Amino acid sequence: MTGSAGRSRPSRVSLLITCLADMFYPEVGLAIVRLLRRLGAAVDFPPGQTCCGLPLFNSGYRAEAAAVAARTLPLFRDADHVVVPSGSCAWMVKHEYPGLVPPALREEALALAGRTYELSQFLVRVLDRAEFESTVKGTVTYHDSCHLLRGLHEAETPRTILRGLAGAEFVELTGADECCGFGGSFAVRLPEVSSAILDRKLANVEATGAHCVVACDAGCLMQMGGGLSRRGSRVRALHLAELLEGGAP
Amino acid sequence: MSEPGADLATPFRQRAERALHDDFLQQALTIATTKFIDLRRQAFRDFPEGERLRDRAREIKEATLQGLDLYVDQLVDNVERQGGHVHFAVSADEARDIVVDLGRRAGARMAVKSKSMATEEIHLNDALAAVGITPVETDLGEYIIQLAGERPSHIIAPAIHKTKGQVAALFGRELKRPVEADPEALTRVARAELRDKFLAADMGITGANFAIADTGTIVLVTNEGNGRMVTSLPRLHVAVMGVEKVIPSLTDLVVFLAILAKSATGQKLSSYTTLVRGPRRAGELEGPEEFHLVLLDNGRVRQLAGPLREALSCLRCGACLNVCPVYRQIGGHAYGYTYPGPIGILLTAMLNGPESVKDLAHASSLCGACVDACPVRIDIPRMLVELRTEVDTRHIAPWPERVIFKTFAALLRRPSLYRVAAPVTRLLQRPFATGRRVPRLPFFFGRWTATRDLPAVAPRTFAERWRDLEGGR
Repeated sequence: MTGSAGRSRPSRVSLLITCLADMFYPEVGLAIVRLLRRLGAAVDFPPGQTCCGLPLFNSGYRAEAAAVAARTLPLFRDADHVVVPSGSCAWMVKHEYPGLVPPALREEALALAGRTYELSQFLVRVLDRAEFESTVKGTVTYHDSCHLLRGLHEAETPRTILRGLAGAEFVELTGADECCGFGGSFAVRLPEVSSAILDRKLANVEATGAHCVVACDAGCLMQMGGGLSRRGSRVRALHLAELLEGGAP
Repeated sequence: MSEPGADLATPFRQRAERALHDDFLQQALTIATTKFIDLRRQAFRDFPEGERLRDRAREIKEATLQGLDLYVDQLVDNVERQGGHVHFAVSADEARDIVVDLGRRAGARMAVKSKSMATEEIHLNDALAAVGITPVETDLGEYIIQLAGERPSHIIAPAIHKTKGQVAALFGRELKRPVEADPEALTRVARAELRDKFLAADMGITGANFAIADTGTIVLVTNEGNGRMVTSLPRLHVAVMGVEKVIPSLTDLVVFLAILAKSATGQKLSSYTTLVRGPRRAGELEGPEEFHLVLLDNGRVRQLAGPLREALSCLRCGACLNVCPVYRQIGGHAYGYTYPGPIGILLTAMLNGPESVKDLAHASSLCGACVDACPVRIDIPRMLVELRTEVDTRHIAPWPERVIFKTFAALLRRPSLYRVAAPVTRLLQRPFATGRRVPRLPFFFGRWTATRDLPAVAPRTFAERWRDLEGGR
């Protein structure tokens, strides 16, 4: 197994694309593939993967989530690095898998946790890349997804990338660290509360005057994108990867 | 056990919705919680030692819980040595009976109270009034809601749900004179009203923020000085305290005081920190003739070895309420129980059992803002998820939900099934999709589309496109 690869050493990356990006945002996954290949990494997509199990875990279906974790582990046994488009799924693998899987698999889960990265963290902290060209011209703002910010304690890597972006200007979002109201099943268990939280978020987004709001989590994109689209807003919700690498491969 | 006075006639989702449509509430909540968030952030920014002290405070709480029986014994010995009396109450009912009985035996007619969540928890005021002891809340916020006949909607700011205009109207109606909608004028009026009560009361009732085991001291943290009046003027003082509030020594108190007010209101310290040691001693000019400490279990002790143990470290600062996106939208009353907000859900489960929070356990997006704000870093989302698990494994969750999740789980465990989910959904979504957007869906799914578009399942999933990518290489 290789250690953390520097700029000179291309690395092998396995994608854990997870359910929302697979079904709803395949462009995000494709952008990540293109981006990583352009940076010299060999990318693979281990077959048989489905979802990280977080929706089950968060709703209290612990045994079911554990079964998903246990079957996901071996798929990435040979992976050097595992890259995940969503902070919440990365958190699930890194933070919850080791405690969820049967004791016999704990070592393996811990090893996987150590090799798993949310995309922005992988770009900046492993590949040491922070200069990119923006596919969107104008101003962009950033929403901290809760699991990336408070679960993985990462506020910096997305901002490092966005601040260094050629062709776009980064503006901070008021209340960037506040939840967008998604919360998985929360969004449909208490839709009125979830929507009220979203309203506050989108009012802040629109106040920035930005052309797009960037997030590193498919859940937040679903929530914010769904709200923006319903309002007929000209602001778009984009995944970081789409900003760095637009179009089809 | 159901809770008397809890607003539970309507389902939680509807209680929350009602709160969302209350414009006064929305205005009051936004102003107050935003202010609290800013003040707290500022206070810790100016206090670099804060992070380390938060860790230290948590360690002290943990160590104290480890030896809780010993510290409680020590506390009891020291309170008794100073001439005070200690009572143990297993339940809310028992605690209430003890306090009412103490008042009745002393022939009390009026009891002044300083702010206390423990006495809210045991629903003391109604019980006092029923035996002819008039309870008078002397904390300004508590005074306001007592006048209004309501219950606190925040752990430290009980009247947070009221605007100053509403308070002025309330004072005008209840005190029968016009009062300006100005916080200072309102405070002046309340102060004048309360002065006579302090002098007339024969019983003082408080909670306790801490009790120090090795000195037998009760600590009250207030901003209005009413705690001092309540503990020094009436001839009888009764303090009601959750048994987990004991701390070993005065040195530990310093650690907690350094972070408590900063977390709660953003103050360096609260305006008053009152330390009470037993009844008046010979030669002292003030203080009660009798001092009683009621130690309340009410579900706490069981959690020393239970899933909610971490919640026993709570300092009742309210910081988790202010930052909670759900609390900020619906306020405290919608929760329906004594303790609102994220920590309140855990405390409700502790006091009333997991059935009581089958809906409330889901009243969180699990965003984790509460953990960050908590001075002792209680992992509230973790315990909410555990409560959800308990609700599932004990089959308290509604069966359609359980069927949906178990089916979903089966799908995620079988890639062959998962692969056909996308084409099947594409077929099903066809009547509803407009391009890549699904603006309206029937049944349960309408809960999403009422306010948000749903992205349509893509014409080809990532997995499907990956196969092409690889084939073309």
